[in-house]
Amino acid sequence: MNNVFVYCEVEDGVVAEVSQELLTKGRSLANQLKCKLEAVVIGKGLDGVENQIFPYGADVVHIADDLRLEPFTTSPHATILIKLFDKEKPQIALMGATPIGRDLGPRVSSALYSGLTADCTSLEIGPHEDKKAGKTYENLLYQIRPAFGGNIIATIINPDCRPQMATVREGVMKKEVLNPEYKGKVKKLDVAQYVSDEDFIVSVIERHMEEKKVNIKGAPIIVAGGYGVGSKENFKMLYELAEVLGGEVGASRAAVDSGYAEHERQIGQTGVTVRPKLYIACGISGQVQHRAGMEESAQIISINTDPDAPINSIADYVIHGDVGEVIPKMIRFYKSNTK
Amino acid sequence: MKGLKIIVLAKQVPDTRNVGKDAMKADGTVNRAALPAIFNPEDLNALEQALQLKDRYPGTIVSLLTMGPGRAAEIIREGLYRGADDGVLLTDRAFAGSDTLATSYALAQAIKEMGEVDLIIAGRQAIDGDTAQVGPQVAEKLGFPQVTYVEKIMDADSKHVTALRRLENGVETVKAPLPLVLTVNSSAAPCRTRNATLLMKYKHARTVTERQEASEDYLFLYDSRPFLNIREMTVNDIKAEQEQLGLSGSPTKVKKIENVVLQAKDAKVLKPVDKDIDLLMKELILSHTIG
Repeated sequence: MNNVFVYCEVEDGVVAEVSQELLTKGRSLANQLKCKLEAVVIGKGLDGVENQIFPYGADVVHIADDLRLEPFTTSPHATILIKLFDKEKPQIALMGATPIGRDLGPRVSSALYSGLTADCTSLEIGPHEDKKAGKTYENLLYQIRPAFGGNIIATIINPDCRPQMATVREGVMKKEVLNPEYKGKVKKLDVAQYVSDEDFIVSVIERHMEEKKVNIKGAPIIVAGGYGVGSKENFKMLYELAEVLGGEVGASRAAVDSGYAEHERQIGQTGVTVRPKLYIACGISGQVQHRAGMEESAQIISINTDPDAPINSIADYVIHGDVGEVIPKMIRFYKSNTK
Repeated sequence: MKGLKIIVLAKQVPDTRNVGKDAMKADGTVNRAALPAIFNPEDLNALEQALQLKDRYPGTIVSLLTMGPGRAAEIIREGLYRGADDGVLLTDRAFAGSDTLATSYALAQAIKEMGEVDLIIAGRQAIDGDTAQVGPQVAEKLGFPQVTYVEKIMDADSKHVTALRRLENGVETVKAPLPLVLTVNSSAAPCRTRNATLLMKYKHARTVTERQEASEDYLFLYDSRPFLNIREMTVNDIKAEQEQLGLSGSPTKVKKIENVVLQAKDAKVLKPVDKDIDLLMKELILSHTIG
């Protein structure tokens, strides 16, 4: 009872990366709270799936295995979680801020009347004092995220409602195997006890999923462009530089919204979080949502015509100039110095 | 097929995409006045999907529903100019401080007052919060199924909708029964622009509160042209439990707001000249950062 729960996304029997990251975070929260970490997996063909989950320190894995539970549709997954949470009374429930987690989370939180915070960039445990009501709380989940155009960082709490729910994007938390030999308990759910035919009213007719074409998360060097790059055409320079340096191209939300780059290249709170060796920010002003996705880069170069761009304050090198002028020089001098 | 009854959920939001330098006041607080209030972009995508159904199925009625302060009536007019049939502004101090759950509850209770509905279409998320929670939570409160991340409504009949979903790594076609809640992505068709005839028709559309401040020259219009009356709902017009509204109906509380203050690192500042860039590349190669 009152444990930390992680909803694990699974496709073709493989637990999603973001769920592994959340298991790692969930383990550390459970340690602080001196409670257990439990995982929930809902899908089909899940024999042995627990072996992907135990190494992250899960004490219990709840498995709902039924042909009808994959591909994901909202209602059966929501019904299972609602009933399971109602029974198990988790104090915290985490899920990935993926199309699945962002579809499922709000539905479950609404049914349980529990608070949910989307796209958290940090999760901590701490106390709270409500002076007006004269109440104090221990061990609440601080759900921390940028808000209001990134000008502020908000800490959200759910003092009275359980579970305290949060979604977190892939890459925000670091995944770490606790112990490859760690073993917990498997609890197979009797699916018929949880869902009825009415839960299967939405049907998936067709599905085309692709492997991710770009892997900016794993790239050691990222050349990222913002609105200041000016056009899709100008973005070509960034690709050239990335190729020469052996890196990938990323983009700010403003650049993606303007059609300069594909959505899967978006870095930041609502995109991917990256920690490369070198991050070259080209014409990126650096709102906090963007910085949230890249500020742990080992080295940051900012190329910007605006000397006061917020990104400059976290940069190791600031090149005060035009992207179109600087990048060709970087390519030229990289080549001349590595010959 | 007879027309559908569609409600489009829309929100007026500060334009956080264009936060300029004047967005923050000298004391470090947000300068709301510097941010223009706009029709939430994905709600416009949602409106377009509704209007396309109206084009396809004559007799379809598209109603807008928004919750917000009095000035949010602006986006109802904006929707009318683009082809919506009518709109409701849900406004009351009792809703102040609502989180997504309290907002969804109030919206769901308002929807119940708006009569039979086949389809509720909303933008996936609003740019001021990016939570993507209100659509699914309204669906849950109403007991309707939901389909999120919709890019295109492919087909509809009086019982079902078939929709294409655009997910992060692919697409999916799903069929769902009515009544239903859909949320629409920005990758969907952009909303049609204002129609000049509709602009003329609706430019004096006002809520009852706005009419009190309107020029007396136009007051005669509202009796003879009922379509100019934007319906205003307050907490008294919906059946709602007080404790589920506003701050008290919000399980999430804001514990702390921190203004973002940047601690400047000691950055090396370079000029875009050959000498500086050459040195930079040499330094990065030497430190094995590149190369």
